[in-house]
Amino acid sequence: MSDTPVQTSATVLTVRQVQDYHAMTLVAPAIAERFRPGQFVALAVGGEHTSRLVRRFFGVHEVKSDYGGTVELVFADTEPGTAWLAGRRSRDQIDLVGPLGRPFRLPRDPVNCLLAAGGPGGAAVFALADSLLRRGCQVHFVLAGTSARQVFGSRMAQRIGDSSAVVTEDGSMGEKGTVRDVLPRVIEETGTDVVYGCGPTGLLRSVTQVAGDFGLPSQVSVEEFLQRTGACGIGVCMTCMLPVHGEDGVTRMVRACADGPVLRGDRVRWGDLGTIPFDALGAPRVLSVNEGGSQ
Amino acid sequence: MSDRVTTTLGPLELPNPVLTASGCGGTGRELAPFFDLTRLGAFVTTSVMAQARAGRPTPRVTETPSGLLTAMGLPGPGVETFLEHDLPWLMEQEVRTIVSVAGNSVEEYGELARRLRHVPGVAAIEVNIACPNVEDRGRMFAWHPSAAASVVRAVRDHARPGVPIFAKLAPDVTDIVTIALACVDAGADGLTLINTMEAMAIDPETLRPALTGVSGGLSGPAVRPVAIRCVYQVHAALPSTPVIGVGGIATGLDALEFILAGASAVAVGTALFHDPTAGPRVLRELEEALAARRISRLADAVGLAHKPAGYVPPQVRPQEPEKEKL
Repeated sequence: MSDTPVQTSATVLTVRQVQDYHAMTLVAPAIAERFRPGQFVALAVGGEHTSRLVRRFFGVHEVKSDYGGTVELVFADTEPGTAWLAGRRSRDQIDLVGPLGRPFRLPRDPVNCLLAAGGPGGAAVFALADSLLRRGCQVHFVLAGTSARQVFGSRMAQRIGDSSAVVTEDGSMGEKGTVRDVLPRVIEETGTDVVYGCGPTGLLRSVTQVAGDFGLPSQVSVEEFLQRTGACGIGVCMTCMLPVHGEDGVTRMVRACADGPVLRGDRVRWGDLGTIPFDALGAPRVLSVNEGGSQ
Repeated sequence: MSDRVTTTLGPLELPNPVLTASGCGGTGRELAPFFDLTRLGAFVTTSVMAQARAGRPTPRVTETPSGLLTAMGLPGPGVETFLEHDLPWLMEQEVRTIVSVAGNSVEEYGELARRLRHVPGVAAIEVNIACPNVEDRGRMFAWHPSAAASVVRAVRDHARPGVPIFAKLAPDVTDIVTIALACVDAGADGLTLINTMEAMAIDPETLRPALTGVSGGLSGPAVRPVAIRCVYQVHAALPSTPVIGVGGIATGLDALEFILAGASAVAVGTALFHDPTAGPRVLRELEEALAARRISRLADAVGLAHKPAGYVPPQVRPQEPEKEKL
């Protein structure tokens, strides 16, 4: 079965600094051939006798056929695990599991797609853009960041997109503001049919709300939430839970890794992230500090 | 498979001693893409409770040196869904399954044992007593010999006669042997040692506890020496009671250490989060480690650390006396 994930020892091809981020290319043919946009990989950090047991999760920026198949990841060096990754050199080996999670669903018809991205996780929209363009879709980018150095891929977006807009909080690149400020205008100008989002949770929430205002479907990747809360990436540890309401109206706690990372934006209860909503399936019926146990 | 590694846990015979630890293997389906679950000695399920439980809010996990600190709040779909969806899948795959049960009252444990009574595909029941007792101000059953014993007795009374029962004990008690004795007296066929240790971490950025649950359970290689100590002490006091050793097993040598301390089987837990194929890898490494030490049967190594140095286990060789006749 080609849609099942694999575990592999991948060889580092290159690690480059790209603005405030690191881009790492790994030779991993089995993962490259199975990958679909929106899926992610889980990396073990710290080498063979590591004391760091949580895997690190990254969306895939690009898959290429060189060396039998490579995957490129973009990440920020924010903690000792990602610092270790940033310190890898060519020919180092890294234990990699993937591709994991549910991919973006692609439109059947060649429609107008708006791709909103921010932060290092936003790099994953380029793999999606590639698939959409091959289906004859129009691709419009909105890239966001706090400042110019955090906007990944603006030149690539200009090159491959039918349009691209950049928005930064300090105005150091593109417009000054947030995604929420520019999204309505871009949707109107481009005649968007569907909105995709990749990046920080705040951005995904804005994307979902604006898309909802226009009556458009949205699909978002909650990879950043997964990075903050997850441990295994394969669906066994049950730590990356977020509240999602289903078609039956029932809210369930679902795993960002195995049930996501791509979710319908309008299904996620953004305001309740990091909580168990009282009406969620299995929510505690009586509030008690002792309920739960250490397990 | 070589019979070098077959093991017995009281009435339960297993082709090898490597299990998954409760709460670390999901429903089994998540691990299936990575290895054939029938290669495990047995699959131990996540603790099943009477009702569906969402568990605690995130963050539920934080990374600590060589360990994980988790406060999950025993999330699960409840026994109804478990019996309808999860157990039948494991049976279909012919995975030997040990069902872990958890409750917030003695009654709930009894009820769960009754629900499992007529269900096929339950090789054994593991009783997770590291749960707060709502009838006793939320204190854990595992902390008191009498509370632990009453849970085990309730499960024993309602479970199918003959199905082996293992009590899973918490390590952070004054004297684990007293609790082990109480559980065995109450009808436990064996013991699983250990559950997570209560521990805590504070986030230096937010200046607040790292977990929503404030404190959580520590697991991973960080707790392995504690687990070894518990297995050793309990095996010394109850040498004929089978023990499943759990706590930070990541390699075959870690598993061997537990076996030498007195465990007849081992369960791989936190290592599965880091390495989904840890189960079969630990088994392969354990087989190699036994062969390298010229230990022909796993049973010969169980509790060997208790014997004086130079002790050679008696070998059963029914064929050889014939040859020795000159």
